Amino acid sequence: MDIHLEQLTMQFDDVTAVKHITTTIKNGELVSLLGPSGCGKSTTLMLLSGLYKPTGGEIYFGDKRVTHLDAEKRGIGMVFQSYALYPHLSVLKNIMFPLKMQRVAKAEAKQRAMEMAKLVQIDHLTDRKPAQLSGGQQQRVAIARALVKNPKLLLLDEPLSNLDARLRLEMREEIRRIQQEVGITAVFVTHDQEEALSISDRVMLMNQGELQQDSAPQEMYRTPSNVFAASFLGNPPINFLNLTKEESKAGTYTIDGTNQQVTFMNPALKAYETLKIGLRPEHLEIAAENEAFITGEVIHIETIGRDTLIRVQQGDIPVRALVDPKIHLQVGDTCSLAIEENQIHFFDTNTSERIGGGFSHDVRTNLEEHV
Amino acid sequence: MMSEPTWKSTFKAFLYLLPALLILIIFNIYPIIKSFLMSFYIDFDYFNNVVYERGVRNFIHLFQDPNFIKATLNTFIFVVGVVPISIILSLTIALFLNSKIKFLGFFRTIYFLPFVTSVVAVAIVWSWIFHSDYGLLNYFLGWFGIDPINWLTDPTYAMPALIILSIWKGLGFNIIIFLAGLQNINQQYYLAAQVDGASAWRRFTNMTLPLLSPTMFFVSIISIINGFKVFDEIFALFNGKPGPANSTLTVVYYVYQKFYEEYEFSLAAAAAFVLFIIVFIFTLVQLIIGKKFVHYD
Ligand SMILES: Nc1ncnc2c1ncn2[C@@H]1O[C@H](COP(=O)(O)OP(=O)(O)OP(=O)(O)O)[C@@H](O)[C@H]1O
Ligand SMILES: [Mg+2]
Repeated sequence: MDIHLEQLTMQFDDVTAVKHITTTIKNGELVSLLGPSGCGKSTTLMLLSGLYKPTGGEIYFGDKRVTHLDAEKRGIGMVFQSYALYPHLSVLKNIMFPLKMQRVAKAEAKQRAMEMAKLVQIDHLTDRKPAQLSGGQQQRVAIARALVKNPKLLLLDEPLSNLDARLRLEMREEIRRIQQEVGITAVFVTHDQEEALSISDRVMLMNQGELQQDSAPQEMYRTPSNVFAASFLGNPPINFLNLTKEESKAGTYTIDGTNQQVTFMNPALKAYETLKIGLRPEHLEIAAENEAFITGEVIHIETIGRDTLIRVQQGDIPVRALVDPKIHLQVGDTCSLAIEENQIHFFDTNTSERIGGGFSHDVRTNLEEHV
Repeated sequence: MMSEPTWKSTFKAFLYLLPALLILIIFNIYPIIKSFLMSFYIDFDYFNNVVYERGVRNFIHLFQDPNFIKATLNTFIFVVGVVPISIILSLTIALFLNSKIKFLGFFRTIYFLPFVTSVVAVAIVWSWIFHSDYGLLNYFLGWFGIDPINWLTDPTYAMPALIILSIWKGLGFNIIIFLAGLQNINQQYYLAAQVDGASAWRRFTNMTLPLLSPTMFFVSIISIINGFKVFDEIFALFNGKPGPANSTLTVVYYVYQKFYEEYEFSLAAAAAFVLFIIVFIFTLVQLIIGKKFVHYD
């Protein structure tokens, strides 16, 4: 069952939490809803579940319009951020609850619940009350409860946010395994970019209620469609530089705040008087001065995992770069950084939209039109 | 701060408890023991506190006294008439107040007023409402073609009148307790249940009722105990009489009559003791039932 959102909008008293979202979630896909706190991820999920009714736009499950259908009739499974396990029911009864609501015969319900418990590997805990479980176990119960009625759609609202770092890694692989084993369509909310990129087939990036980019994880990283997408993904964060065109020399720009000039080959840039460029720290490398893109003084050095993060200052502008730890550097040294032109991201200063750059060999496949 | 109790800490705690304990012992514990002992006095001098003969004759006398049997029966009728309706009604109103409505504070005050108003004032107002010629109640019933009822003077209707008044009087307290209980239930459970396919009614039966069970339990125990103790309302509503033809004579009223009107002190004590046993058994039964059905977090 494909899920299609058409101009979906949710207006609360004074905030518009979701603004004109149009997208299609394909059958069997795991889609992540990614974005900063308060961007409308939970609201979008609540709209999909039917617990909120949109103030504008439509939702289709397959060919069926469900915009105004109540949550209890949508037949979806949902895992809440706090799990919301029923405290008065045992683990088994929790998992059986959706079946009880469907008036499935007790013996069958019990058998199906036990199968689910086995799938999420908690079948030895079925007699316990939720309060007697660890966070990870509670989460598994919540997933089992969401899946037991064989829903067409599984919604997960930051299900991993209460877990410690290690368990998070484990559980996110679990979720992926279960999702693929059952072959269910799933929407997974997170504000953690790594989580989104590692688990999903597709990432929907949101900011202030608006869909910023809707594409495969790698693509979103390689070809961010606007300044926000470029800034939200990547760790350490991308460097932005503002450029102003030099009238005298074609294709040459001055980096604002410095006296350095740079030249680009890309013909698409000709029309722009000013540019914003994004340089990912991992694409910058130390080079000889004649090959340099930008040269400056090293003002900061720190070790991040296997790499060394340096900050190089030119004029008023600091630039972060991840460099080979074998190269010996000290604060105060002069350092030249180079980058290949096709790894630079170009944005329109006025609209913040992408102009070009990055490895765009993957054709963009997002924003499918629904017929 | 949780440490092993020592003699020193126990002594210190005891000092803090002492003032309240003294009052409790003098005005509660001692009278309970004393009246229990007194219920076995047969021949005694009340004013000099001398007892010549003890025995169980008071209890035998009680169970042979048609008035006591009637009082016990009336008390049961009263409890059965008041408690279930009061609980259902106050839960319904609490649910209504707990939904998003305007003027919530206003409604809460309205419903809580009876609780803070003196029983005597309430009874005076209700005796006018129940008035057979000028009463509001008969006036309303008249709209439905029902002939005027002598609420306070007809033995058939005195008990229903008392029950109506008591239900109304008890609403405020129960509503407040239920509201507090309802507001303690995390909204998440309702959302989850809704996604799991529960209709509004099934969310009520599967979530609200079990999650509210501790409150329900508390309210029903308090209501039943209060019901068994009913006295003020009768005294005020029927001007110091137990209703027409003893129709609202209850056990506590019986105790009052024996003690203050007939000076049968030991008989009054025996009746009070019987009531104590009845309430005790009921509470015990509720505790046992409660163990099974009440969910505590
Ligand atoms: N019931 C509500 N009434 C009014 N405003 C709301 C309501 N729910 C959410 N909002 C507002 O809508 C916006 C989006 O909220 P939402 O909960 O969807 O954010 P989110 O992306 O899930 O954030 P987080 O990552 O912190 O969970 C916020 O500005 C929030 O204040
Ligand atoms: Mg949220």
